[in-house]
Amino acid sequence: MSDVALLPYADFLGIRIEGVRDGAPLLVMPFSEGLLNLQGGIHGGAISGLLEIAATAAIDATLEEGEDPRSVFKPITVTVDFMRPGLPKHVYACGRVVRVGGRIANVAVTAWQDDPDRAIAAAHMNLAITPPADKS
Amino acid sequence: MASGFNPASLLASHKTGHIVALGLRFVANGDDWCEFAIDYDRRLVSDAASGILASGPIVSLMDTAAGFAVWAKRGGFKPQATLDLRLDYLRPSRPGHAVTGRAECYRLTRRIAFVRGLAHDGDPADPVAHLTATYMLLKDEA
Repeated sequence: MSDVALLPYADFLGIRIEGVRDGAPLLVMPFSEGLLNLQGGIHGGAISGLLEIAATAAIDATLEEGEDPRSVFKPITVTVDFMRPGLPKHVYACGRVVRVGGRIANVAVTAWQDDPDRAIAAAHMNLAITPPADKS
Repeated sequence: MASGFNPASLLASHKTGHIVALGLRFVANGDDWCEFAIDYDRRLVSDAASGILASGPIVSLMDTAAGFAVWAKRGGFKPQATLDLRLDYLRPSRPGHAVTGRAECYRLTRRIAFVRGLAHDGDPADPVAHLTATYMLLKDEA
């Protein structure tokens, strides 16, 4: 697995790489007040952001050393299911690359809090693969 | 204006949280829709070199606008939870531009609210993202 750098927005959310799980980066988004929605839970947008970042990190981890991941993958669609409320504590997420084709990469991601087998949210994401020479 | 739901006063009572941290601005609402905006912020980009806003803040913008659209349609700040959402990223937003997100609750049943929305960076006819979402309506604790 190559080194994975997270995007500036990940820093904004306080997300960091905690380790490796099933060959993909395991991400944690530590609890902070800035993640809360008006009802006292973790904002669905913040959970979605974590899922997207975990998805991108999972693909980055499959790249060869020296490739520039951020110029290669662009999000096309993201679909998120919310299964349980996000409680005011740490959220973990890990992606699984389903397929990297010639033009499209598909990644499945889950987020959980205490128990990896009790997901609070899951997403699948389709990303466009842009050849490094064509960064338009 | 929606009867019984005042987004401005609800937001004024919250000094912290994700909406405040991201700098989401309430723009306007009607009886079944709501509009928020997010100003361009270098901390929210996906790539320092390109300066393009990450997709994550757009999700938060649209999930917030959508949740408020449901409260507008329900006529008050009542418990609810996002059941699912899908966002189509139509094109990157232009660096330096604020992004505006408008969501409409087009159908309300006893248990579920259906919402659709669009985000744009200046021209509503040239959107950057399209949202479809559903919300579970929870019982009032009161």
